[in-house]
Amino acid sequence: MIRKFVTAVLRLWIVPVVLVGWEVVTRNWAHPFFPPPTTILPHMRDLWFDGPASRLWLNETALANFPPSLGRLLTGWVLSGVIGVTLGLAIGRSPLLFRFVDPIIQFGRALPPVALLPMFMAIFSIGAKMQISMIAFGIVWPVLFNAADGGRTVDPLHLETARVFRLSRAQRLLRVILPSALPKIFAGLRLSLSLALILMVIAELFSTNGLGYQLRLAERVFDPPGMWGAVILLGVLGYLFNLIFVLAERRVLAWHSSARHRT
Amino acid sequence: MRLNPRRALDSPLVCGTLGVVILLCVAEAAGRVGIVPTVQFPLASTILVEAAKLAADPSFLADIATTFTGWALGLLVTVLIAVPLGLLLGSVPPIERALRPLIEFLRPIPSVALIPLAAWVIVDPTQMKVTMIVYASMWPVLINTVYGLRDVDPVAKETLRTFGFGPLSVLLRVSLPSTAPFIATGVRVAAAIALILTISTELLAGGSGGMGSFIILAESSPAGVTLTVAATFWAGMLGLVTNGAFVLAERRAFRWHTAKTGAAQ
Repeated sequence: MIRKFVTAVLRLWIVPVVLVGWEVVTRNWAHPFFPPPTTILPHMRDLWFDGPASRLWLNETALANFPPSLGRLLTGWVLSGVIGVTLGLAIGRSPLLFRFVDPIIQFGRALPPVALLPMFMAIFSIGAKMQISMIAFGIVWPVLFNAADGGRTVDPLHLETARVFRLSRAQRLLRVILPSALPKIFAGLRLSLSLALILMVIAELFSTNGLGYQLRLAERVFDPPGMWGAVILLGVLGYLFNLIFVLAERRVLAWHSSARHRT
Repeated sequence: MRLNPRRALDSPLVCGTLGVVILLCVAEAAGRVGIVPTVQFPLASTILVEAAKLAADPSFLADIATTFTGWALGLLVTVLIAVPLGLLLGSVPPIERALRPLIEFLRPIPSVALIPLAAWVIVDPTQMKVTMIVYASMWPVLINTVYGLRDVDPVAKETLRTFGFGPLSVLLRVSLPSTAPFIATGVRVAAAIALILTISTELLAGGSGGMGSFIILAESSPAGVTLTVAATFWAGMLGLVTNGAFVLAERRAFRWHTAKTGAAQ
């Protein structure tokens, strides 16, 4: 256990090396656009993290900007997940329906989601409704596509078995089709989560709060350390989201990989 | 000869066309009947007419050309950087192990967050665009190359080694060809990301021309929503065409591979 931990830490030796290298290079270069990390980190603390410990050190600015951003991102993601899985499984199980909507899905998937921003701004005007609907519409396609693919490739033997045991339609859906499509659905959800973060930033650039707004603000008042701070914060957020998702996926799909090893 | 309705419903082309037509008709009817306000959601027919007009508009065509050139250039530079780097990381495991945490930290940074920063540092719009595309779309190519190299048949490599080929020949004659399908998949994914980044930079960093700036300018024009949606439609078509071209090229180039694994994608 301890040995495992030590090797894991040792594997990260590159991180301090890069940080020190970054510090040395930017300090010697002294370019206004490339502040050293020792300037960026205190600046981030002043901007967001000088609150009381009881609130996880978050200050007023952080509390005014982080929760709305995360709320929009997660609402959009959950919404697109529910819609994508429901429609995707229906499309995957019905070859006829699939043939009808395939071109529409292909188009939606190919449409660069950022190009939707002006359209959504024009339709909904700026606000949470526009941001959430833009995030959800932009990221629903990978989920939809993967759920349809998963629904289509259910093992026929499993379906036959379910029929022999006279499982009802609902039982078949929940016990056979959904579990067997789950690995692909998770792949789609993971992709859409990272896309959701990008769309959240884009949608918020033109709003009055949130992380995207903070980024825009730093650009407007010409504050390079603030800009780097926002980028680092978004990077950490993306990393954490991915980490949590992978851990959850491993738990939920534990039966799947073990089942695969046995057969 | 009579058209068999049963048969017609088996054809993806017939069904697909019907699906699109039905969707457009429903949208049109909803607007005409008044279920959705036409000020916010223009009629499908209005948008289609506008889109057709745009296709004949030389300034819009020039914008498409700008976007396409930026996208192609960015993708080319991405491949030229990411494939050799992937080959290096994949064939020298210690380097890969050392750089992995760094890659894991850099990859999730939402690339659009870097656009304002890049707009300060790099003045030339094309250079800026290419830089952003390379940053965002190199990851799938890099990672697919590394994974593909891991999947190379060890017997084939050993065989060549037995015949006295050096490591470079083994790389070029066995590893690279058998990794090529993986690289191609990575490039296809990268192509979609590159298009997102091309349009994002055009949207956010003004003055560079291209479809992104056209769309953002269209929003504040009198034709407003209609023009925006029509231009967005063409952005989708560009995505569809570029993706389709990659899928087709992959299918042609790697027929041997899909035949071997029986995977049809």
